[in-house]
Amino acid sequence: MFKSWLRNTTIATVVALTPLPSFAQDTPQQGGDIIVTYKDDIATLDPAIGYDWVNWSMIKSLYSRLMDYEPGTANLIPSLAETFGVSDDGLTYTFKLRKGVKFTNGREVVASDVKYSIERAVNPKTQGPGAGFFGSIKGYEDVTGGKTTTLDGIAAPDDATVIFHLSRPDATFLHVLAINFASVVPHEAVEAAGGDFGKNPVGSGTFVLKDWTIGQHLVFERNPDYFVKDMPHIDKFTVEVGQEPLVALLRLQKGEVDIAGDGIPPAKFLEIKNSADGPKMIVDGQQLQTGYITLNTKVKPLDNLKVRQALNMAINKDRITRILNGRATAANQPLPPLMPGYDKSFTGYAYDVEKAKALLAEAGFPAGFETVLYSTNTDPQPRIAQAIQQDLAAVGVKAEVRALAQANVIAAGGTEGEAPMIWSGGMAWIADFPDPSNFYGPILGCSGAVAGGWNWSWYCNQDIDKRAVAADSMSDPAKVAERSATWGKIFTDIMADAPWIPLINERRVVAKSLRMGGADNIYIDPTRVINYDAIYVKQ
Amino acid sequence: MRVVKAMLRQPSALFGLIVVVVVVVMAIAAPLIAPYSPDNQMFDGLTLEGAPMPPSDQFLLGTDTLGRDLFSRLLFGARTSLVIGLVANGIAVAIGLVIGILSGYLRGFVGGLLMRFTDLMMAFPALLLAIVLAALLRPSLWIVAMVIALVNWVQVARIVYTETRGLVERDFILAERSLGAGHFRILFMHILPHLMPTAIVWGTLGIATTVLLEATLSFLGIGVQPPQPSWGNIIFESQSYFQAAPWLVFFPGAIILLTALSFNLVGDALRDILDPTQRGRG
Amino acid sequence: MALLILRRLVQTALILLGVAAITFLLLYALPADPARMIAGRSATAQTVANIRRELGLDQPLLVQFWAYLQGILHGDLGRSYAQKTDVGALIAARIPATLALMAAGILVEVVLGLTFGIIAALRRGGAVDKVVMMASFVGVSAPQFVVALLLLYVFAVMLGWFPMSGFGTPAHVVLPAATLGILGAGWYARMVRSAMIDVLNQDYVRTARAKGLSSARIILRHALPNAMLPIIAMIGIDIGQFMGGVVVVEAVYGWPGIGQLAWQAIQQVDIPIIMGVTLVSALAIVLGNLVADIIAPLIDPRIRAR
Repeated sequence: MFKSWLRNTTIATVVALTPLPSFAQDTPQQGGDIIVTYKDDIATLDPAIGYDWVNWSMIKSLYSRLMDYEPGTANLIPSLAETFGVSDDGLTYTFKLRKGVKFTNGREVVASDVKYSIERAVNPKTQGPGAGFFGSIKGYEDVTGGKTTTLDGIAAPDDATVIFHLSRPDATFLHVLAINFASVVPHEAVEAAGGDFGKNPVGSGTFVLKDWTIGQHLVFERNPDYFVKDMPHIDKFTVEVGQEPLVALLRLQKGEVDIAGDGIPPAKFLEIKNSADGPKMIVDGQQLQTGYITLNTKVKPLDNLKVRQALNMAINKDRITRILNGRATAANQPLPPLMPGYDKSFTGYAYDVEKAKALLAEAGFPAGFETVLYSTNTDPQPRIAQAIQQDLAAVGVKAEVRALAQANVIAAGGTEGEAPMIWSGGMAWIADFPDPSNFYGPILGCSGAVAGGWNWSWYCNQDIDKRAVAADSMSDPAKVAERSATWGKIFTDIMADAPWIPLINERRVVAKSLRMGGADNIYIDPTRVINYDAIYVKQ
Repeated sequence: MRVVKAMLRQPSALFGLIVVVVVVVMAIAAPLIAPYSPDNQMFDGLTLEGAPMPPSDQFLLGTDTLGRDLFSRLLFGARTSLVIGLVANGIAVAIGLVIGILSGYLRGFVGGLLMRFTDLMMAFPALLLAIVLAALLRPSLWIVAMVIALVNWVQVARIVYTETRGLVERDFILAERSLGAGHFRILFMHILPHLMPTAIVWGTLGIATTVLLEATLSFLGIGVQPPQPSWGNIIFESQSYFQAAPWLVFFPGAIILLTALSFNLVGDALRDILDPTQRGRG
Repeated sequence: MALLILRRLVQTALILLGVAAITFLLLYALPADPARMIAGRSATAQTVANIRRELGLDQPLLVQFWAYLQGILHGDLGRSYAQKTDVGALIAARIPATLALMAAGILVEVVLGLTFGIIAALRRGGAVDKVVMMASFVGVSAPQFVVALLLLYVFAVMLGWFPMSGFGTPAHVVLPAATLGILGAGWYARMVRSAMIDVLNQDYVRTARAKGLSSARIILRHALPNAMLPIIAMIGIDIGQFMGGVVVVEAVYGWPGIGQLAWQAIQQVDIPIIMGVTLVSALAIVLGNLVADIIAPLIDPRIRAR
């Protein structure tokens, strides 16, 4: 366990030290304009609100935070902070800010901006989805409860010092300070925007938003005053929205587009992969994602452990990866392979139709039963649901597939006793931050097993919940490895209860033009998808 | 008998009749004809890379993106799509015809009210209704047929209304009225026959569009749900593959076209035989 | 006439109110929680409750609807849940592109439909007629997405005659409008053909012919105006439909129209946007029909406006 984690980290570190392993002869070039396309509109660039995988990476580049990650890796580094210290009890974090960092409106970033920005993210009036991440800061309940708008637990004794007082040890706290919701914003710009800050963003990140033509494009230009020298590499990137992925690829092949943000649609994947330039255009890498089927532990007969275990053995995961043209690997546990704590030696439930049938018979269902499988309705999810349906039929389980809009599936999952099985594809977005705890609370813990929650198995194991709390209290940096191992064991132990069928780890596939440089992992950055700071144009 | 004989004499009508019969037989006898189960995702139905297979001896029309036999799916899909194209679309045209004639013929308050109701229905967000129904009800073929009938009649009503308004002012209708003919007689003997060409246009072109509309509604969760095939959802599922696997779009598209066209040929011929004064219209 | 238009405008307001009420009710009945969609996977139950309260979603249906109506009366379509900005601005930004595509699309439909419809009517039963009929079925049976991509592939990728994507110059509108035209012209051609034949069979046209009037003159002066009636009605319908957005065509050509906005909003349960788009397209439909009803008597003076 410990070793495997160590190896992962070592690889990540090597990558970070030599940022361009696959183009080792290249050094990042400065300059260049690129064009990026997406299908959907950019929702908002307000860091307290934006929470989808498209605006996530843009917000990362518009703002800076106390902590950040080395490009392409999950390694935390101080960013806006110059140094930081943690008290022995893990309850006090002290940060010294970098000097001379300026917002793009010209004003210097001071400690009270950090305090203001996090308070804003927590304040219910902001309607931010990320408030809960700051739950360990003292005074959190008073702000979310509407009693006050200031967090007692954040102090800014002088312009260069921020001190956080926590109400409980939180091993993920440094990650929390690196997520978008902790981005530092200038209060005067927020107030001036009058509620439209998301369309008029001001930060201190690598890029500045120059133009936003609604429904058409956004233009980002480099921030010449950014506090890290030679960052970012490109001068400008234009995001064109409303672009059908298939057409975006045609444009990319023609040289009109540099990055097709939505990746390669299944219909086009094999053609591009097998084309002459294919290998140079495709970036294909692991991401922090697991696709799973929830087995509702409160719905008969899935409340029966043997039934859930039998279903775990019934699915032919290799066939599903073939349907996805090999763009995924079979999963056997909730954590994805890149996540610290992933247990390489764990084998889970192997595909075994006979054993599954025997277990079902033992459980009292020799002839199977009828159930319903929910799925979202965008390709390829209904196809995967049909593949699952066929596998279930092979052990006698007749599942009716209901392919609905995402919002309806989420609603059904969060209603007690409603959805027996849900295929998570299209909804299991990547981890908020690279820490195993992120795969527990909302989707497998008791706190998520409530009406409107995201724990669609309605799985609640008090013993596991206690172990999870204990693991998150191990905030001593020296115990990082031990903590990961503890988490790993929690997830493999959960599999004994089989609330999920972990199905596949989908790889992310991005298409880029031949002139784009940089290692693969900055196009599939584990913490920001595309790392606009680190990509560059080969001259 | 006279009708059938007359029809057999026209080559285009004969062609249409044959296609219609073949399609209906396909739908009814699908389990007997189909070489495979339409839902069977065959292991050898995909290439090693996971691509669908082109037409071959083994798979007559090729396979789809899950490795299912396209020919078998088209046979079974005929069942769904005929119901949608004929029943749902037929009901829509019938409702549209009745409301359109009445609102165009009746003057004053009632006619105006009917047309404003039609306007309201036309402005009504039908897709949204579909989504709500999909989430609340168990999806089925009959619900999607109902939604299509509910949505599609308005356009027919609108056209028929305009045409009727033109017709009622024509000399022969005015003459009939002045001779004291009853409303019923005027409507059915004089106005309706002039609207038949419009009804045929919408009744037949509508077969194609409703079959495709069904796929959109299925996508929103209201129609037939996977793995049950329909011509529309076969196209819809695979339309982005039109370059990589053109057979997945070509064959279902061709059969929709052929079916709609054949019903048109039969419809025209029938009307010509039954009402020779209107020959050639439609 | 002025009184008539005034009456119809009042009726329009009532229809819009009806549409607003029905849509609001449908969205309320929809088992999907916008607060949940905004909050995402990791939000705590309390965060979701706070978002719901701030959006006013915890209020009773009637209170919410009343607040919405009050906003509309002040010209305020509300704020988008997901984009956190004025719905009015989001829709207004997409109106120019929507109008441009609507006008160009209808133009192509009508030009193609009239031309081939008239030719087919004059050559009734002949080879040209059969080809036109066949073509109209091909157009109507073809899946939009495929037609749009094929045109794009041939004329933009291979031949490079038109830009592949975007909005701004006249060249940009050609392919999307051609797609809409090809898909819709079949309806127009068939309607024109049958209306023309009906008119050509009538006594007064026969009389005109017997008098030796040239066929061009007969067609232009007598047959065409009468055949235009159903066409006007169809244009009215198309105005409404295209104003509601043509999702697939917009998506393929990267056209910044209302359809894409509506489609995304439906998936995100962004109620203020859905309401706004519905009302705008409802307004377009009702106005389109109103214009059709007003034009009809001008073309055929025997019809009285009502």
